[in-house]
Amino acid sequence: MNGTYGVGVAGSPESGRKGSGMIHFVVHDENDSVGVVVVEGVKAGDTLAGWIMDQDKEITVKAANDIPIGHKLAIRSLAGDATVIKYGVDIGRAVAPIKVGEHAHVHNIKTKKW
Amino acid sequence: MDLSKASFRGYRRENGRIGVRNHVIILPVDDLSNAAAEAVAHNIKGAMALPHPYGRLQFGADLDLFFSTLIGTGANPNVAAVVVIGIEEEWTKRVVEGIARTGKPVSGFGIELHGDHDTIMRASRSAKEYVQWASGLRREERALADLWVSTKCGESDTTSGCGANPTVGNAFDKLYPHGVTLVFGETTELTGGEQLVAARCRTPDVRDKFMFMFNRYQELVDRHKTSDLMDSQPTKGNIAGGLTTIEEKALGNIQKIGRKCVVDGVIDKAEVPSGPGLWFMDSSSAAAEMVTLCAASGFVVHLFPTGQGNVIGNPILPVIKLCANPRTVRTMSEHIDVDVSGLLRREMTPDQAGDKLLDMMFQTANGRLTSAEALGHREFVLTRLYESA
Repeated sequence: MNGTYGVGVAGSPESGRKGSGMIHFVVHDENDSVGVVVVEGVKAGDTLAGWIMDQDKEITVKAANDIPIGHKLAIRSLAGDATVIKYGVDIGRAVAPIKVGEHAHVHNIKTKKW
Repeated sequence: MDLSKASFRGYRRENGRIGVRNHVIILPVDDLSNAAAEAVAHNIKGAMALPHPYGRLQFGADLDLFFSTLIGTGANPNVAAVVVIGIEEEWTKRVVEGIARTGKPVSGFGIELHGDHDTIMRASRSAKEYVQWASGLRREERALADLWVSTKCGESDTTSGCGANPTVGNAFDKLYPHGVTLVFGETTELTGGEQLVAARCRTPDVRDKFMFMFNRYQELVDRHKTSDLMDSQPTKGNIAGGLTTIEEKALGNIQKIGRKCVVDGVIDKAEVPSGPGLWFMDSSSAAAEMVTLCAASGFVVHLFPTGQGNVIGNPILPVIKLCANPRTVRTMSEHIDVDVSGLLRREMTPDQAGDKLLDMMFQTANGRLTSAEALGHREFVLTRLYESA
């Protein structure tokens, strides 16, 4: 998990979002139930720093599973059949209970369409 | 980026449209004519054949779409001149006449009563003249409003929704006020987010037309599905990249139309927009089909965000790839034109990412080859509506 701290884009050292540290996952909206892991190599037990993009806030979650880059983790606990929220919008339903920090994907979330 | 005085250098075509490429294409009307078309392109350096597997016994709406796609491809301003080759005269003539309405040089050759050898010889003579004539054309400076820009994403993952797609959205928001003609589509890939698009439509008429197209595609899925479309929409690649449901994929997809653009109109597949603004085109979400339709509708540069690394190109429409997934940028670097992975490390703002993409768009419009062009990706894929007769 190597990351570069909040530095500017090459050629424009003043610019760039000045984060306070490395981000392991991002969340679109503070009401979302899930975040997206944006670094490789997340292992169960790692303490992960998250950035809530729309409100520009930071949160911390402990990973309950190994989670590949791009995959989601729950940032709220979800009961079986609960609606899963991302982008502040319904993206499907939990088909098994999901605890905070657990890998959230096709094994525990399904579409409500088709 | 201040775009108020932005310009690019393009080729002015006979109908006033501006191209950013100067292709001479050899266009087969049907599968049987691919061999002759490829032989002509082999004979004449600088000519390019566009082989495809269709064009026989199609009928009704499927045939209409076939003709509008072929004619639209030849009519695209990135094409300087066209040689059309078909097995028989009548449909060949129909394609030639459709392209000729732009005023550009076009000639047609039927294989029946001649055979491949004679056809290849006559078509090669025509292609040679076109290639030499086109090579003498020069780019001229044009206002940004003359550029037509399309978008469609592929092999998306969750980084598409938080990185690459919002970067296209930022660029679209910046292009829109300058009278650029823009298009997005991928009808089934709005499922779960269709109300967000409907709310962005300029008038109730546009909204009704959008919802008509959306519901028409949903009915098609309902008619033919044997499951919840898992592994097709989202694809296996999407799922490997962390996308779980069609709703999640759709919400990421919609980031491409930015936050300020208004949906000004709706077009059917391969239809040409009638004015500037943002258009929705009813279309498949399969990358090569959608990009081929964008080219047939007259778009001249394409912004293609990817997450897991779709490698698509198009014969006549330069496809610019951008990616926010650091693993894809590392493992598939030869395919990525614009790296926006800094967004997910908070090293780059969406505004900076949008500017970086626009800078590459202008370089591409001015003649720089995209990765897909340099690698020879020429996926030309016609959308079919149903079986041939």
